[in-house]
Amino acid sequence: MTIGLVTAVVKPHVLGDVKQALKDMGVTGITVTEVKGFGRQGGHTETYRGAEYAIDFVPKVKIEVVVPLDQSTVVVDTIAGAARTGKIGDGKIWVTTVDRVVRVRTGEQGAEAV
Amino acid sequence: MEGNTAWVLVSAALVLFMTPGLALFYGGMDRSRNVLNMLLMNFWCLLIIPVLWVAFGYSLAQAPFENSLIGGFDNAFLKDMTITGEDGGFGLLVVAFLGMFAVITPALISGAVADRMKFSAWAIFAPVWMLLVFVPVFKWVYGGWLYERGSLDFAGGTAIHVNAGIAALACVYVLGKRKGWPKEGQPPHNMPMVMLGTGILWLGWFGFNAGSALAANGTAIQAFMNTFLAAAAAGLAWAVVERIRDGHFTNLGAASGIVAGLVAITPGAGFVAGMSPIWIGLIAGVICCYAVGLKSKIGYDDALDVVGVHFVGGLVGSLLIGFFSDPDFFGTDVMAGIFYGGGAKLLVEQAIANGATIVYSFAVTFALMLILKATIGVRVDEEVEVGGLDQALHAETAYNN
Repeated sequence: MTIGLVTAVVKPHVLGDVKQALKDMGVTGITVTEVKGFGRQGGHTETYRGAEYAIDFVPKVKIEVVVPLDQSTVVVDTIAGAARTGKIGDGKIWVTTVDRVVRVRTGEQGAEAV
Repeated sequence: MEGNTAWVLVSAALVLFMTPGLALFYGGMDRSRNVLNMLLMNFWCLLIIPVLWVAFGYSLAQAPFENSLIGGFDNAFLKDMTITGEDGGFGLLVVAFLGMFAVITPALISGAVADRMKFSAWAIFAPVWMLLVFVPVFKWVYGGWLYERGSLDFAGGTAIHVNAGIAALACVYVLGKRKGWPKEGQPPHNMPMVMLGTGILWLGWFGFNAGSALAANGTAIQAFMNTFLAAAAAGLAWAVVERIRDGHFTNLGAASGIVAGLVAITPGAGFVAGMSPIWIGLIAGVICCYAVGLKSKIGYDDALDVVGVHFVGGLVGSLLIGFFSDPDFFGTDVMAGIFYGGGAKLLVEQAIANGATIVYSFAVTFALMLILKATIGVRVDEEVEVGGLDQALHAETAYNN
């Protein structure tokens, strides 16, 4: 069975909702990283003592979920549903295929390891 | 007498607490890769200055009181100092209280040299500057020739803030601009730390100003009130100017205004009363808010605005005594300000006192920095400046996550 990696870069404050939605649909594990970047939203400016600073990279969280590829569509829709605010800067989600997965504790491989 | 002793003891401890407060105020404004260097520049003053102060500093700054340019070695290494002194009141207590001021004055300069000064150079600069610049100016203002002429400086507007502020300018001229400045600025890395530092400074400043009455008396009460009101008024003024000019009320604006107000009321804390502290605070808040913008126009890289806040705030506050001094209220015989029937004489004396301090402090600081530059060097390598001073100079990291 082919394994997929769903990667989502979303606004930090939606993390709790996304995690709960994924848990509710039966996803058993996710990995979260604090990241910074820019998209169409671009950055913003901050003013300190009258001097403007361009903040080019906006804080986001990156969520990674490894699932059987046939479940990835549902996972993507779940994340998108939970992360959507409708405002610019909601983020991106993409899916890639994974060559090999190993569960460290048991040595299980492929779908069993997910 | 016991009451006076108790108040000055507490005040001395409050003033000591200002240096860690200043460290947090500056540290939060600095970049995350240099915050520990900034904290240690301040704490370094807490390590070395007390030792030097009891060895030579106090004696040169005070004894004998009659000298008008510099003291001597009568009380060096605490020789002949008794616990209560000849008057049965303060002996060692004054040594301790004034020692706290000797600690924080060089520490004020650290904000200007942030992000690029060699720690070894700072380690020598701070104590030597304390002895060569702080001590003589302190003597002139408190007991020396500026005092005899009649100029006023209640708790250290001229002796401390103008002195350290103009020295900071001399330092950055020798040190040079940070790489990338002013094109690439770095915003404060931790604003809550700045606000905490501001709170500690304000608390400590009650000891600084009201403690400088050296008694638990009416002057101390008025100085306390002035410290309360001027800081609030200046914070209000700065915050409002930013709201109108830049569009937002900001934490850094509020904090900067509070500190500017505290600096400005320091020289007049025991000479002005009534609504005067509010006027002094409002004026200083507005002027300092614009003064911090001068560095990018003129081109001196005063990293955390020591010149704009301490030099300008101290100078404004000191000159305003020439208008607001009200000796009748305090029942003293110092000169009255223009608004209280004293004419311009006091204002002229204030200008002379600050002018003398500016010339002496700038010249000696500039020379000291040049000597350090020619010998051990004052500036870190570019690689260290880019990579961060904390790891390169102290082998420490502020935030491990």
